[in-house]
Amino acid sequence: MDDNTQSSMNRRQAPVIEPGHTFATVTDKISSIVLTRPATTGWFIGFGITFLVTMMLLYAIGYLFLRGVGIWGVTIPIGWGFAIVNFVWWIGIGHAGTLISAILLLLRQSWRNSINRFAEAMTLFAVAAAGIFPLIHVGRPWLDYWLFPYPNTMGVWPQFRSPLVWDVFAVSTYFTISLLFWFIGLIPDLATLRDRSENRWARMIYGILAMGWRGSARHWHRYETAYLLLAGLATPLVLSVHTVVSFDFAVGIVPGWHTTIFPPYFVAGAIYSGFAMVLMLAIPIRKIYGLEGFITERHLDNSAKVMLATGLIVAYGYLIEAFMGWYGGNRYDVFLMWNRLHGPYAFFYHLLWVCNIITPQVLWIRKLRNNPAFLFLISGIILTGMWLERFIIVVVSLHRDFLTSSFGMYYPTRWDWMTFIGTIGMFLCAMFLFVRLLPMISIFEMRTLLPEAEVKAE
Amino acid sequence: MEESKQKRRSEEVCPSKRGKLTSEIARTLIGKRNGPEYWRSLEELAGSEEFQEMLHREFPKGASEWVESVSRRGFLKLMGASLALAGMTACTKQPLEPIVPYVKQPEEMVPGRSLFYATAMALSGYAGPLLVESHLGRPTKVEGNAQHPASLGGTDIFSQASILGLYDPDRSQTVTYLGDAYSWGSFLQAIRGPLNVQKGLQGAGIRVLSRATSSPTLIEQIRQFQKTYPSAKWHTYEPINRDNVYAGAELAFGQNLETRYKLENAEIIVSLDADFLCAGFPGFARYVRDFAAHRNPDGKMSRLYVLESTPSSTGIKADHRLPVRASDIEQFARALDMMLGDDSDASLVPQWAQGFVAALAQDLKSHRGASVVIAGDHQSPTVHALAHSMNQALGNSGQTVVYTEPVIANPANQIESVRDLVSDMRGGKVDMLFILGGDPVYDAPADVGFADALKNTNIPLRVHLGLYQDETAELCHWHVNETHYLESWGDARAYDGTASIIQPLILPLYGGKSIYELVSLLSGQAEVSGHDLVKNYWQRQPHPGDFETFWRRSLHDGWIAGTEFTPKQVSLQNKSFPAAHNLNLNSIEINFRRDPSIYDGQFSNNGWLQELPKPLTKMTWDNPVLISPKMSERLGLKSEDMVELELEGKKVTAPVWIQAGHVDQSVSVFLGYGRSRAGRAGTAMGFNMYALRNSAIPWFTTGLKIRKTGDTYKLATTQRYQTMETPTGTRPLVRSASLEEYKKEPNFAQEEEQPKSNTLYPPVPGWEYQQKPYAWGMAIDMNACVGCNNCILACQSENNIAVVGKEQTVLGRHMHWIRIDTYYQGDRDNPKAYFQPVPCMQCENAPCEVVCPVGATVHSTEGLNDMVYNRCVGTRYCSDNCPYKVRRFNFLLFQDWDTPQFKMMRNPQVSVRSRGVMEKCTYCVQRITQHRIDSERDERKIGDGELQTACQQSCPANAIIFGNINDPNSRVAKLKTQSRNYSLLADLNTRPRTTYLAEIRNPNPELEEKTQTS
Repeated sequence: MDDNTQSSMNRRQAPVIEPGHTFATVTDKISSIVLTRPATTGWFIGFGITFLVTMMLLYAIGYLFLRGVGIWGVTIPIGWGFAIVNFVWWIGIGHAGTLISAILLLLRQSWRNSINRFAEAMTLFAVAAAGIFPLIHVGRPWLDYWLFPYPNTMGVWPQFRSPLVWDVFAVSTYFTISLLFWFIGLIPDLATLRDRSENRWARMIYGILAMGWRGSARHWHRYETAYLLLAGLATPLVLSVHTVVSFDFAVGIVPGWHTTIFPPYFVAGAIYSGFAMVLMLAIPIRKIYGLEGFITERHLDNSAKVMLATGLIVAYGYLIEAFMGWYGGNRYDVFLMWNRLHGPYAFFYHLLWVCNIITPQVLWIRKLRNNPAFLFLISGIILTGMWLERFIIVVVSLHRDFLTSSFGMYYPTRWDWMTFIGTIGMFLCAMFLFVRLLPMISIFEMRTLLPEAEVKAE
Repeated sequence: MEESKQKRRSEEVCPSKRGKLTSEIARTLIGKRNGPEYWRSLEELAGSEEFQEMLHREFPKGASEWVESVSRRGFLKLMGASLALAGMTACTKQPLEPIVPYVKQPEEMVPGRSLFYATAMALSGYAGPLLVESHLGRPTKVEGNAQHPASLGGTDIFSQASILGLYDPDRSQTVTYLGDAYSWGSFLQAIRGPLNVQKGLQGAGIRVLSRATSSPTLIEQIRQFQKTYPSAKWHTYEPINRDNVYAGAELAFGQNLETRYKLENAEIIVSLDADFLCAGFPGFARYVRDFAAHRNPDGKMSRLYVLESTPSSTGIKADHRLPVRASDIEQFARALDMMLGDDSDASLVPQWAQGFVAALAQDLKSHRGASVVIAGDHQSPTVHALAHSMNQALGNSGQTVVYTEPVIANPANQIESVRDLVSDMRGGKVDMLFILGGDPVYDAPADVGFADALKNTNIPLRVHLGLYQDETAELCHWHVNETHYLESWGDARAYDGTASIIQPLILPLYGGKSIYELVSLLSGQAEVSGHDLVKNYWQRQPHPGDFETFWRRSLHDGWIAGTEFTPKQVSLQNKSFPAAHNLNLNSIEINFRRDPSIYDGQFSNNGWLQELPKPLTKMTWDNPVLISPKMSERLGLKSEDMVELELEGKKVTAPVWIQAGHVDQSVSVFLGYGRSRAGRAGTAMGFNMYALRNSAIPWFTTGLKIRKTGDTYKLATTQRYQTMETPTGTRPLVRSASLEEYKKEPNFAQEEEQPKSNTLYPPVPGWEYQQKPYAWGMAIDMNACVGCNNCILACQSENNIAVVGKEQTVLGRHMHWIRIDTYYQGDRDNPKAYFQPVPCMQCENAPCEVVCPVGATVHSTEGLNDMVYNRCVGTRYCSDNCPYKVRRFNFLLFQDWDTPQFKMMRNPQVSVRSRGVMEKCTYCVQRITQHRIDSERDERKIGDGELQTACQQSCPANAIIFGNINDPNSRVAKLKTQSRNYSLLADLNTRPRTTYLAEIRNPNPELEEKTQTS
């Protein structure tokens, strides 16, 4: 690990962990946030606001169940609106966590150790926020369970040719694996908290959650095996979930949906937005909790590079879509491109290019990559852009498809906005709780980054 | 011990057990303390515990018995008493109704099977012959009477929607006096005295105002009435009247005559502002049938020339359409008449019409005896006389035009009639006014001042008979609730004079009286039922053989044999006709038209009709002012801008709608909207154009001033994008060619490249459609379709389709299973336009089916794309993936589950869909099933033509053909082999079962060249 640090120093890059830390300081620093540091007024205000927004979400959903999806802006021909846009957006954001934890783990990118914990938590909360939408957007949400293959007296199964059924499997599997992965990764740290906690209740709760972890060699051995196995399981999921989500569109025959480029382009887009969200969370957190030593500029730089790379894949996707629209010569695809560029939602398409393709090109500049405030801003722009991308795909494709007589317009209602903003509130509210209740950085994995952790062959 | 505890508890709960609150205590309580600012009673003011207790409990006293442990015996006692008391709470005593099963089942009455009865619906006096479906005594669906010469199976939207009219919960349900409910008996008592007084005066103070009628029974009753009261006056007023038609015949032939057209013999049809392909035109169903039958490019193909001010369905179907201001039509008619004569002089033809008139005259002359000139009802008598003159000159009389005696009784000038009445009212000559049907307070021309006269003159007794408590009922003393035509006996004549008996299908829902019953009372007869009145009348008429047989036969068939008017031999009395009007042609013209959906306003509370997209604008729930694209540019107006229309000092503010093809310097407004007392659906919808209407020239006039107000108004149209052109090319949705092109290239409608049938899902073995006994399919002949919307309403009625209201229609959530897309093409000042009815295509490779996650939409072995409502969770994925966007979703609870009348109205064979469920056209699967049951019982196959979908059955144009495509001899299979047959969006390889026959136009080559060179 040392040579890792060394080599990065050689390249005049920031280290993955600030020099001067020892096992003890790492443990102290991270566990103190949960155990000793009192909750500040700022935390209470933030938590309070996001909690209220979460309550607004519940209100909006309650009213939705009372009246029906007609309170939203969806109509014929735009049968899917904000709900599906938000679903795909959140699911995309939820990709970063597993990518960082699993794929980077397998690729031995040890710099991930300081951001994987909260990236995984973020994944869980994002997938939870995403999961709300397919459940509530249907006309009769009380019958959602019909999408699951469960034995029933009617002898009816889901219709397995439908991508929505694939979605059910993909998303629920992803959520389960992400949860397990996150929890297993937490166990050694939960034990640390158990041991260090002075409050009896906290000790009991952490103790139960730590599942009897004693840190014996056998524990560590099993832990490492289980963690690697789960990482192996999760890795294909990172690719498959958004591929399946993209099938929702690619399998349809709507111009703008029916395209084979969607799976890779959706996965790239997902990682793109996921890293943007990681940065949007990491930058304020490291500042507020003084974690600059753990989440260093190296992390920001690496994340920015990932964003730049995936952003270019996304740009390639956009270009190929436009090119194929023209090259294929299909009258509906040609019109689709015209409609994106000049139709009633053209402003959003142009904004999409600005947000997702043009603005992120500044990340080529190292200086800007190392500027946290600037990265925070860029990440916000990218997240907006990725939301717009889903809006363009869902709404702009549907609103003008084959028969000109059925052309329509989509206008979101205040219930659409309340539900969308509500999920953001819920997501942030969960993050607020997470940073106070669990170690947001993996303590034991951070310790492996220290020079002391290096095993010297004697 | 136990017992005392319970006692105490009951005292805690029930304060009444502690002694009553007396006024003394209350007073002291009030005196003692300051109470709350707002209070509901003195007790509350005093903040008494008793009152708190009252608020807390729903049942002030006695209910606390429940707190005590109740013995089984006590419980039963209480329950018994409650049940007994429950029956006593209703306000009126229910009539004694024995509910027992049939001991002897009436013949043919089988639960679950429907019965059909022949009847007729009169609209402005003209009967539309119908067969009405009845489910266990409840009329549920109206169909055309296929054997009646005036229908041949077709109906119009008004008769289709009359089912909803019958069950309309807003209908007037009782006799009222000044708004309070009274009994029929008290009404009789109230009119008896005054009528007796009038008898002495020979009825000099009695005035009756009714709608136009053709009913032989009623006409005789009126005669009877006038015998009883010789000085009484009977007035007739119909806002959509045919005064001009009769006056025109008077002018030409010196007598009142009905003009009837025989379009089956016409090869050249010229319409002078006549919208004869729109519901409401007398003889509409038959005219459309005859017109459509002669638009067969492989057989007889007529040519239609239309001159019109307001774009109409007839104009859309025209081979040559010339937008002309209504006030210029007379000039054109004169020129054409002159050109047809011997001393024609082309230089006298107005400049703007020269080429057109010459070519048209040439075409007409070469089709003597096989051409027809039709003048519009709202054109002046002079134009009608000129049309008669032309038809005579062309030898069309007896061939394509026949003249008979008027169908409408007493065809005097109706506006004169109502004006007379008003002057009598003002002159204090009226002691009793009976308004029998109609709503003259709302629909009389503004300058006649009927409403004002009714409000401000002191007529001692004003009686209104009507279906609704409308604007007129409000200004009358007595209102008698009228029976709907499906509830009462009557008779009426169709456009050709054939009399039909109007046969009720159900007892009056709310009691009520028909006009027949009321008039017989006025004439001093004892109360006679409508049935006896009608039957007795026909018994007195000459009839062949035994009356009972004759009567039963007439009822069964739906018409009385031999009552058709025989054509009269007529000759022109006059050759020169005076100019009809002296309008300032340099100012803006305004056209008043009946609304295509709600007629004159009498259907304004009918949600089906309100939500029916009007044929050209696709507008629902409103009546915007139509203006031409040029004029909109000149005035700086956009669609949905509000304007103030000013005509002779009267002002109305309304939104505008830019209508392609509308003639410049002219606007069109539609009557029937802006009602103040129509009911839930109709009140305050749209804008009242009667307020601008002038009795002198009721249909069009000039001198209109338009001023933009700067406001905008949201209009609910169901098709915003009315062209097949997109910025990146035209989509071949409607395929059309001229007859010449078609003859040259019969396969013009076919795809250049057949779609490849590559599929991920190989066919299921044993599922080959070709090997099944039935494969249902549909062919829609766009050459025949005239866009009359009848199919939409037939489907709505058959399939229990909900009305969603204006706000939801604005959002695009209307529920029609079949829609008619209207596309304009070319020059926006005079475009070509097409109607394309779009039901579910029932694709063999249905894109909706693969994406449904729960299998709620699946294929049947007969090729139907079935919806399983119970299984639908409402993901709307199917609709997103439907390229035809024919699926409709219940975004909210659109169906009215509570109103009891609507429960009776619905077709019991079709599920009523609730919130959150997708629905769409099923090819009327319930009818297929019904016929399958019948055919299997008889061990045969379902015959061709035996099974008709709802849209097909009542289509007056026969444009929709449904049947078994596996039977090569079926009509639909034969149509599908025609070269004109094509599939919509065939390149998607959806393999639709619904296909279209391309539209063929038959333009005059001479005119076509001219327009091309110009």
